[in-house]
Amino acid sequence: MSKLPDGRSEEVFEDFKSPYTEAQALVEANRCLYCYDAPCITKCPTSINIPEFIRKIATDNVKGSAKTIFDSNILGMSCARVCPVEVLCVGDCVYTAMGVPPIQIGKLQRYATDKAFEQEWDFFSAGPDTGKSVGLIGGGPASLAAAHELRLLGHAVTIYDKRDVLGGLNTTGVAPYKMPAARSVEEVDWVLSIGGIDVRTGVSVPEDISFEQIEADHDAVFVGFGLGPDRLMSVEGSDLAGIVGAVDAIEQFKLGSFDLEGVWNALIIGGGNTAIDAVREFIGLGVDRVTMVYRGTEAGMSGYTHEWKEAKMEGALAQYQAVPIAFIGEEGRVTAVRCQRLDLDKKPIAGSEFELAADLVLMAIGQSKLGDLLADVDGIEVQWGRIAVDENQATGRPGWFAGGDCANGGKEVVNAADEGKRAARAIHAHLTEAN
Amino acid sequence: MADLSTNCAGIRSPNPFWLASAPPANSGDQIKRAFDAGWGGAVWKTLGTPIQNVSSRFGAINWKGSSGVGFNNIELITDRPLDVNFREIADVKKNYPDHAVIVSLMVETKEEWKEIIQRSIDAGADGLELNFGCPHGMCERGMGSAVGQEPTVNERITSWAKEYSTIPVLVKLTPNVGDIVPHGLAAQAGGADGVSLINTIKSIIGVDLDSLVPRPVVGNKSSNGGYCGAAVRPIALHMCAALARDPGFNVPISGIGGITNWQDAAEFMLLGSSSVQVCTEVMLHGYRIVEDMIEGLSDWMDDKGFETLDDFVGKSIPAYSDWGNLDLNFESIAKIDPASCIGCNKCMVACHDGAHQCIHPNEQGLHVPVIDEDECVGCNLCQIVCPVPGCITMEEVDNGFDPASWNQHLGEGKELRHKKGSH
Repeated sequence: MSKLPDGRSEEVFEDFKSPYTEAQALVEANRCLYCYDAPCITKCPTSINIPEFIRKIATDNVKGSAKTIFDSNILGMSCARVCPVEVLCVGDCVYTAMGVPPIQIGKLQRYATDKAFEQEWDFFSAGPDTGKSVGLIGGGPASLAAAHELRLLGHAVTIYDKRDVLGGLNTTGVAPYKMPAARSVEEVDWVLSIGGIDVRTGVSVPEDISFEQIEADHDAVFVGFGLGPDRLMSVEGSDLAGIVGAVDAIEQFKLGSFDLEGVWNALIIGGGNTAIDAVREFIGLGVDRVTMVYRGTEAGMSGYTHEWKEAKMEGALAQYQAVPIAFIGEEGRVTAVRCQRLDLDKKPIAGSEFELAADLVLMAIGQSKLGDLLADVDGIEVQWGRIAVDENQATGRPGWFAGGDCANGGKEVVNAADEGKRAARAIHAHLTEAN
Repeated sequence: MADLSTNCAGIRSPNPFWLASAPPANSGDQIKRAFDAGWGGAVWKTLGTPIQNVSSRFGAINWKGSSGVGFNNIELITDRPLDVNFREIADVKKNYPDHAVIVSLMVETKEEWKEIIQRSIDAGADGLELNFGCPHGMCERGMGSAVGQEPTVNERITSWAKEYSTIPVLVKLTPNVGDIVPHGLAAQAGGADGVSLINTIKSIIGVDLDSLVPRPVVGNKSSNGGYCGAAVRPIALHMCAALARDPGFNVPISGIGGITNWQDAAEFMLLGSSSVQVCTEVMLHGYRIVEDMIEGLSDWMDDKGFETLDDFVGKSIPAYSDWGNLDLNFESIAKIDPASCIGCNKCMVACHDGAHQCIHPNEQGLHVPVIDEDECVGCNLCQIVCPVPGCITMEEVDNGFDPASWNQHLGEGKELRHKKGSH
């Protein structure tokens, strides 16, 4: 696997949630009530036995704690950092009902999993060779989780990814104050350490290798190629330099450098989590004024409230109920954005136009769906760009499974990890029943 | 405001809170600071032929991050010269005439007892405490618990002390016996003015899992020590009560063993202690804890209408009964307050795995478990594991049966209610 270059722009960021020291972890672990049939487990898409792993931290059985986590979720290290725990496990901690601060499950999970990486504890070995082979398209969280599970079950595995690095959005898209790209790459190595995972990077499907070929080369296929490029707007001036997709921009500064020369005003168009991430990231990268432009009200934003609160404390500005109607530039580069106010039904308000200065505009209004790439493959159903799957992550084409953003439309890493693992088990059932 | 003035076996102090004979009462400087902080009395760390101590000396039980829930030590009696100790005792008494200074003693021969008692009296001590309890080190030399475990030796040495003493004599008893009562009676027979109990419990606090040496580690060995701290309190309370309710036992008790706050102190006094002694909690947190003890006890006495300590010392003894006298027809069941339940299900797993399988998941999908009242035996386990104070209550059920104890059932044929939870 190729390594990331030094001097990446993301390196200016520090952890927003600092890791626990042993003393801090013990205090927090000892607070856990060790609930039975705990709500935090129910709320975790990978059903990690959270009270159990926390109890093991408290008894100084950190190795066992890490194993409990990885048994449920091989991406437990990155999930500890990137999960929106406030709306998942931590959000349902019973302490909240008592008016007591909830257990910091994410930080405890990070404590145990970091230790496992640091100590190089070896928990897993591949199952006996089944003679079956599975091709996985895309090397993000869903495919990594699927690949690991398939190796445990003894199947040969090949991952195809268009980039030089695996990890998908965990590597290219996660806010660097949650997890830098380098840490995601370490996690990829951790997953691959089970052995027997053939990685083909720099391979685009279907451009470099066709779906037919992959199907021919393997006994089953898992599609986990995520989402496509940022959606852009086609309004006057949208081809000016300085207008880029947010996911693309984030990938640029995570994997390399992003030139902010002459950028004083950045506008982020959108109100979802990518928009909020981009706002916080460009504040962190040193842009003077970072303004979110969102067509709805603040309450209507689809991004997490707790993240947006943080962004505002960091200095984020916002224009609500506003939408760009034209981009204005000089010498081919954007200098301002003309916006229009919208009413509560998101209808334009006549005469409400105004201009915002902008040296950089990031479009965070969603990513295109890649499901249509498979529209011509017989039996695979694509709905609104998503690959349709059943409860076992199976598509309509025998032997073809899918998971992660390309199937769920864009959820969390932990959802991808769960879908990948469940798909692997379904693939195993498919391959063994086929005999 | 309640009157906390104390008279335990003729030893008077402004309040019932005494430092136990232990490291916090090792020197005059310490005891002066303790009296300044509010302690009513102090039992000077045991005097005898000064010894040489080991390092390390202490070990602790930690529970859920709290250090020292249980504590043990292998420290011996004073390692300071007797001249220095007696000079400091005289100095403390001169400066704190109204506080109680009791001198703990441990020597071997009758002559030694005679001499050390006289020197204690000369220094101005208010009382003596004969250390017949120490379960480590000194007992190997024929002293401490070696004396306390033999009623005849206990009685004999107590009588020597009484022969030589003009001030009250307390005998400090060891809990390392099957039944405390004969040992308290032996001290009484020897003429003791009172007893103090318990001394520490013979113990090994743990094993170091790296070196595989028991703790506290002294080089590459350890030894059994004396166990104390909050965790021993139930044992001490029982021994205190066992003596207090014995019809033949008629001298005052100074209660010791895991007292950490005013509530613990009140419990000891309700079960018969006229004063209480504290060591471990002071070792862990300092003399300052006495402020809360004084306030808390005083306010509780006011709330209860007790004006003096005598109003409640021993007051719970009549309610301490043999099992055979308990009312088998008294019935209580657990109730969960749905408004305060947080849905942790700890009651459910405790009942299922550790009790009588009568708390079940809520079939309506609510987070509040359901109690099968027909099966609930009223054991308290769910209330004990519930993290929310007041959420689970044990409520009395009127089952229509007249009270009937096992003894009444056997002797008078009284009818018993049907058993629950015996499925």
